[in-house]
This record gives sequence, structure tokens and C-alpha cells, in this order.
Amino acid sequence: MSTENQAVVHVHRDDVGARMGMWLFLLSEFLLFGGLFLMYSVYRYNHQHDFHVAAEGMNIFLGTANTLILLTSSLTMALAIAAMQKGNKILSLTLQIITFLFGVAFLVNKFFEWRAEFRAGNYPGSPILTAKPSGQILYYGLYYTMVGLHGVHVIVGMTIIAFMIRFTIKGIINKDNYVKLENAGLYWHLVDIIWIFLFPLFYLIT
Amino acid sequence: MEENKTLTKHSPGYGIYILVWLALVTLTALTAAVAGISFGKFSIVVALIIAMVKSYLVLSEFMHLKFEMKAFRVFVVVAILFFLLLIVLLFQNYSYY
Repeated sequence: MSTENQAVVHVHRDDVGARMGMWLFLLSEFLLFGGLFLMYSVYRYNHQHDFHVAAEGMNIFLGTANTLILLTSSLTMALAIAAMQKGNKILSLTLQIITFLFGVAFLVNKFFEWRAEFRAGNYPGSPILTAKPSGQILYYGLYYTMVGLHGVHVIVGMTIIAFMIRFTIKGIINKDNYVKLENAGLYWHLVDIIWIFLFPLFYLIT
Repeated sequence: MEENKTLTKHSPGYGIYILVWLALVTLTALTAAVAGISFGKFSIVVALIIAMVKSYLVLSEFMHLKFEMKAFRVFVVVAILFFLLLIVLLFQNYSYY
């Protein structure tokens, strides 16, 4: 009886289909951010000077540090999947935990960055910000919306990775069945790609 | 089970991922360094080209797109083409204002 059940489980498993579903979801995420990038391009086109002035107030050091953190976390995630494919559970688990910690580091950096902006009075609707030219107000509006939405994605990605760590410990993710980990990785890499574009567009306008 | 067999077959080594990571870090340093140089209107073009190269590396290597069925790559390319079309059409319309 139990062998029959196992056979049924194997027949219904479709790893390619699971990954294809994940990719389709990622494309919908691409369009979500794509709309915001479109809005950014039009406002920047209309307010080039204001965008340059506003971007000079950005902390390039923290922005670059966060870029390196996310790129490295993508590396550890890819390595975690490779380790699981090779059957090295402990290494995979370690790399997943490191990936999660990189996510924490990213958010801590973001906290300091936003705190500095808020203390400088550049929070949405503040008297200092609303007195600035409209292009700069738009820049900060887009900055908080796009970077903020990206930050939400980092939190979601970390939550997913936390579940993957649990699944790995319990053996639900193992050498022969790691599509969940692969899909978690796909989501995490998408978050990385979005940041790859946000970084030059918000921090490196000279 | 058959799909899983084909999957494990292409299990790549750790080395390639570390090489890709090194390339990504180098490109990040490049984009930050180049931002100091003024190319005028081309600054944004240079920054976007570097970002696209980085995205290509992440998509093909980290996200295993080069190992997937062709349909996956078609999905992604079609989505990107439509997004580029959207930008082109938007600015066609917008430049009249």
C-alpha cells in the first residue's frame, strides 16, 4: 500500500512545471516594477536637473554596500542549490542561513539610510521636502515607492528562505527533491536584478 | 522522476558561480567609477548597459536560464521586448508635449 502511494506521489511531481509557474509569476513582478520604471523615466525626462540635484543627497557608500550585499547573497543562494544538488545538506543549510543574514544586513543598511533621510527632513510630505522644486519632490516620491517596494520584496524573500531552512532541516527539501529551494532562489535573484537597476537610477545620477 | 534525472545531470560546480559573482562585483565597481565621469547624456546609457549585462549574468547563470527548456527563454525575451516597446511608444507620444 505504501509503495503504491509513493508511486502516485512521484507521478504527480513536475519540477519543470513548478519552475515554469515561478517564472510566469516573476514576469508579473517584472511588469509591476516595469510600470514604476516607466513612471520614473517620464518624470526624469521632464525634470532632469531636479533629479540630479536630489540624487546628490543620496548616500552612495550605503547604496554600493547594499549592491554588494545583494550580489553576494545571490551567490550564496546559487551555491546553496548547487550544494543541495550534490547532496551536501549541511553546506546547503549554512549557505541558506548566510543568505538570510545578508538580507538582514541589507535591511539594517536601509534603516540607517532612511533614518538619515528622515532626520534631514526628506520624508514624504515634510515641510522641507514640499518646499523643494516639484522635480525633487517627485524624485523622493519615486525613491520611497520603488526602494520601499523592493524592501518589501526583500522581506518576503527572507520569509521564503526561512521556510526553506525549515524544510531543509526537516528533510522535505533533499538531494532528490529541491524544486522549492530552486524557486525560492529564483525569487531572490529577481529581487537582486531589480536592485541592479534601482542602484544606478537612484544613486548614480551625476 | 524523469525530469529530475535531467535536472541533476547539469548540476554545475561551485567555481562558475564564484566567477559570475566576481564579474558582477567588477561591473558594480565599474558602474560606480564611471558615474564620476561625465558622458553627458550617455551617462545613463552606460549605466543601463552595465545593469543589463549584470542582469543577463544573473538570469542565465544564477537563475539557470541557460539550462532550462527553450520555452523559458522565449517567455523572458518576449516580456522584455514588450516592455521595451512600451518605453519606445511612450516616448514617441511623450515627446510632443
